[in-house]
Amino acid sequence: MRGRLFLALGLLALFGAGCRQAEAGAPVIAIEIEHSRFDPAAIRVEAGSTVTFVVHNGDPIAHEFLIGDAAAQRRHETGTEPEHGARPGELSIPPGETRITSYTFPSDGRLLVGCHLPRHYDYGMRGTITIR
Amino acid sequence: MVEGEVLLQLGGTDEPERAFGALKHIHLLSIDRGGRKFKPGEQSGGRAHLRGVNLKPQGGVMRTVRALVAGIIVTLLAAQPALACGGLVAPDGAVNLGRTTTLAAYHEGVEHYVTSFEFSGGGSEFGSIVPLPGVPTDVVKGGDWTLQRLILETQPVERTSLFNAVAEDAPAGQSATVLQEHKVKALDITILEGGGDAVGRWAGEHGFQLSPDAPEVLDFYASRSPIFMAVRFNLDRARKLGVDLGDGTPIHLSIPTPNPWVPLRILGLGAGPRERIEADVFLLTDERPNLLPLPGFAKALKLDYSEAASDLLLADLRSDKGMKWMPKSDMWLSKIVVDGTASELSHDLAIDPTGRVTPSAVAAGLLDVIPELPPVGDETQQWWAWTIVLMLGAVVWRLANRFIGSAS
Ligand SMILES: [Cu+2]
Repeated sequence: MRGRLFLALGLLALFGAGCRQAEAGAPVIAIEIEHSRFDPAAIRVEAGSTVTFVVHNGDPIAHEFLIGDAAAQRRHETGTEPEHGARPGELSIPPGETRITSYTFPSDGRLLVGCHLPRHYDYGMRGTITIR
Repeated sequence: MVEGEVLLQLGGTDEPERAFGALKHIHLLSIDRGGRKFKPGEQSGGRAHLRGVNLKPQGGVMRTVRALVAGIIVTLLAAQPALACGGLVAPDGAVNLGRTTTLAAYHEGVEHYVTSFEFSGGGSEFGSIVPLPGVPTDVVKGGDWTLQRLILETQPVERTSLFNAVAEDAPAGQSATVLQEHKVKALDITILEGGGDAVGRWAGEHGFQLSPDAPEVLDFYASRSPIFMAVRFNLDRARKLGVDLGDGTPIHLSIPTPNPWVPLRILGLGAGPRERIEADVFLLTDERPNLLPLPGFAKALKLDYSEAASDLLLADLRSDKGMKWMPKSDMWLSKIVVDGTASELSHDLAIDPTGRVTPSAVAAGLLDVIPELPPVGDETQQWWAWTIVLMLGAVVWRLANRFIGSAS
C-alpha cells in the first residue's frame, strides 16, 4: 500500500501534476475521492492520449473508479465482479488507499467514470471524461 | 436524547462465528404494524402506575393487572404505523424506511436517551451506528413501556377511553477509540470516540457496511461530537435468550451534556434525497423548551404536542425500569413529528431545556463548529471579528435557502 502511494507521489512529482485540477494533455491526473464524490468530476483529455490516473480514496469506505461509455457503466451497475484492477481504466480502491491505472483514449467522444458499489452511482459517484 | 440512528448493513459472512441477525433500531421503541412488540411476558420486572394507583408486582393479581395494562397498550398501538428505523440498508442496497420513535429527556444536566432495537431475523444482517452528544455514564436496558406510554399520552382521545377502562377494571483517528463495551440482552453495544473517518473505518473493520452517504454524515456528526454508539445483535445470544422475531430491546443511555440535541439527519442515512423520513421525537424537560430549528419553520418538523406533563404520566414513567431519576412533577412534554424528505432533514434538533435562550446552532447542525476567539488585544482580533461576521452572514444565507427556499 505504502509502496503504491510512494509510486503515485513519484509519478506526480515526475510529471509535475501536483495540483488536483484536470488539465488537457496532462499525462497524469490525480483524482481525490471524498464523501463518495470524485474530485474533479469533469475531466478533459487529449484525443489518443494515454493518461495515468492516480486515485486516492479519502473515505472510510471502499470505492471504484471505472472508465467506460454509458453501456459499460450499465454493465458495471448490474455486474458481479468483486474486484477491479486487471483491466486498464478500472480500479477498486480500499478505504484510505491510492491506486493507479492508465487508459488510452480514442480519437474523440465522451466517456464516463463511475463507482458501482451498491447505490454509489445513484448517489452521485460519477463523472465525465471529455476527449478533444 | 437522542439519537439518531443509523442503520448499517453488517457484512458478517467473514465472521462465521459471529453471525448477526437483522437489526432494526428504533429510537425509543419499535412497534410493528401488528402492535406485538409490547409483550406481557416482558413486563415482569416492571411496575405499572396508572391513574395514581401504584401497582407493585405482588403475585398473581398484579401479574394479571400488568398483563391487562400491557394488553391495552398493545391494543392501542395496533393501529399505529410501523415504527421502524431510518436508513435500514439491506444487502441489495435497498433502504427500508419506517417511522421511528425516540425519547430525549433532559434533567439536571443529563440527557436520558431511550431507543429500541428490533430483532428482525437472520436473513439479512444489519447494524446501527448512533451519534451521541457526549460519553454516556450508563448504558442499560431501557424500561419496557416508556415509549408506548408517551405515544398514548399524546393521543388523548383513544387513551382516555381504554385507559379508563383498565383503571376501572383493575386496581390500577485514525482509529477510533473504544470507550465502552456493553452487552444488553442480545445486543453488543460499543461506545466509540473518533472522527468520522476513524469511526467509519472501525465500522468497516467490524463488519458494518456503510452506505455511500455515510462518510459525509459521519463527518457531519464527528465535527460536533466525536462520540458514537455502534450496536448489533449477537445471533448466538439471541438464540440462547429466546429473542424472537420482532422483539424490541429498549436501551437507555444517560449522557451528561450541557447542550442536549437529538440527531435527526442520521435518520436519512442510506435514503435517497426525495425519500420520506418519518419519526416521532418526544422531549421531557424541566421547562417548556426552546428548539432549533423551530418546528414549522423547518419544513420537516412539526410541534405536535406541547403541554405540562401530567403527574400521572410522570408517575407511570417513573414506575418503568430505570426511570426513577425522573421528577415526580413539573416537567414539560413536547412531541415533534418529523415528516419530510431526506434532503430537507439536513439538520438535527437542538434543545434549550431552560426555555430562556436560543439553542445552539452548532448543536442543531446548522452551523459548523465555531473556532475559539483569540484573547482581547490580539492583533488578529479585528480579522477574527470580520471572520465571525462573515460566518454569521453565511449562516443567515444558509438558513434562508434551507427554510424559505424549501417552503416555496
Ligand atoms: Cu463508491
